[in-house]
Amino acid sequence: MTYALVCWFSFRRNASYRLAALGEAFTNTVFGFIRAAILIALWEYRPHLGGYTVTDAVTFCFLTQALIGPVQIFGGMDLAERVRTGDVAIDLHRPADLQLWWLADDLGRAAYTFLARGFLPMVAGWVAFGILLPEPSRWAAFLVAVLLAVAVSFGLRYLVALAVFWIHDSRGVEGMAMVCSLFFSGMILPLVVFPGALGTVAQLLPWSALIQIPADVYLGKREGWDLVAAYGFQAAWAVVLLLLGRALTGAAHRKLVIQGG
Amino acid sequence: MVRAWFLLAWTWTRAAAQYPGTLLAMILGAAVSTSLDLVAIVILFTHMPSLGGLSAAEAGFLYGASQISFTLSDVAVGSTDKLGRHIRAGSFDAMLIRPVSALVQLAAEDFTPRKLGRLLPSAAVLIWSVPRLDLSPSDLVLTVLMVLNGAVLFGGLWVLAASVQFALLAGHEATKAFTWGGASMTQYPMSLYGQDLVRAVTFTVPLAFVNWQPSLYILGRPDPLGLPEFVRFLGPVAAVVVCLAAVGAWRTGLRHYRSTGS
Repeated sequence: MTYALVCWFSFRRNASYRLAALGEAFTNTVFGFIRAAILIALWEYRPHLGGYTVTDAVTFCFLTQALIGPVQIFGGMDLAERVRTGDVAIDLHRPADLQLWWLADDLGRAAYTFLARGFLPMVAGWVAFGILLPEPSRWAAFLVAVLLAVAVSFGLRYLVALAVFWIHDSRGVEGMAMVCSLFFSGMILPLVVFPGALGTVAQLLPWSALIQIPADVYLGKREGWDLVAAYGFQAAWAVVLLLLGRALTGAAHRKLVIQGG
Repeated sequence: MVRAWFLLAWTWTRAAAQYPGTLLAMILGAAVSTSLDLVAIVILFTHMPSLGGLSAAEAGFLYGASQISFTLSDVAVGSTDKLGRHIRAGSFDAMLIRPVSALVQLAAEDFTPRKLGRLLPSAAVLIWSVPRLDLSPSDLVLTVLMVLNGAVLFGGLWVLAASVQFALLAGHEATKAFTWGGASMTQYPMSLYGQDLVRAVTFTVPLAFVNWQPSLYILGRPDPLGLPEFVRFLGPVAAVVVCLAAVGAWRTGLRHYRSTGS
């Protein structure tokens, strides 16, 4: 119940920055047009590359621009700042689990961003390029994949945020995390065009669960048992990362010293 | 003004150097993260022999030039983008009462040598591409001028984007489309984009003059839009226009600034 409330209040808090969300959606859309031009050039020269058609590729582009917000591909979590300033002491004092508290908070944020920043890029892509809009059952399958993607994204960002307990200036770690997240998720180029071993490895890393898998589900590339395997892959990484986060939370508890009072 | 900027930048550098490990990680991180766009272009070339009708060397030339310009502008004035945050936190008011131009303080605020790490891959690509292109000595001079002019143009865009935040505190989210979006767009040959988009970035937000129009001349390529030859040399005009607009917008914003309240 507590966590449901945290989630709801996080949704409401994020919803109070409507203009900022609109600005972000606008930027995401503009970048969609730039990326689309490049992907169109590639697929016009190599039709069916990686099993995608031109329309698939353009759909991938605008869909993933819409996902930037919910899976927070550029990284970051308010928790990192709270660890840096020491406010995390208050969080730890609450009669609630630190990790679950922030997971609930992040789900609320993701839900609002999904609604506020997903609409504009998709509509623009549909109007300008006629991107694919699937039937309701596939939308449902896609939403499940997005939910799992947010869980994996949270798992990764939580680890980075907790690193601040040990590293005083975490901007270096955050920068590296962002690099991996952008490149290995399929955000810069779809993972299906990565050559050879690079492509195989990239598909197995947790970041592919953020963008590539939800997009493949949306495009109908993963159906039947393949869809179950996709969910399984996402869920497995989510569990591994959340358990790691749990272990690190315990270590942070033991490490924390609160000065003053 | 320039001296004040360098003094402030040096102070921030010394602050950043207090954590040398992190500073090094950040410089490398910046170098790696910009290289990602480059890796993407390399992957594109593994699938096709040309990009928008341009060879790998030509595309590398455009990429290197645009990214050096953008990085220089970002190092010099990119942090003006945080104006909205400073206004909200009240720290902009503190800048106004100091005896240095608020714009200079804002531009040097939180300066970090990290951003210079981004020069590594872009300079490497530009240097790689030049011997693979048939360039005369005068073309090389033009290339240097193009890069500097591009930096000034981007610099004007940063300040223009920052000035929007006087009116719209959250404007930063939307103006990123023109600053970072401009950096992203100019790293690819503009022949990839639809003609309407290219016209828009030629005649409204003049991103085409960062590297595309001058490079068409340097590389001896025809303009896909068919604009007359003299347009290739309008880069400085575009930069001056953007900078004048930026100065005008900044002054107007500053004149009407009334702090955030109590």
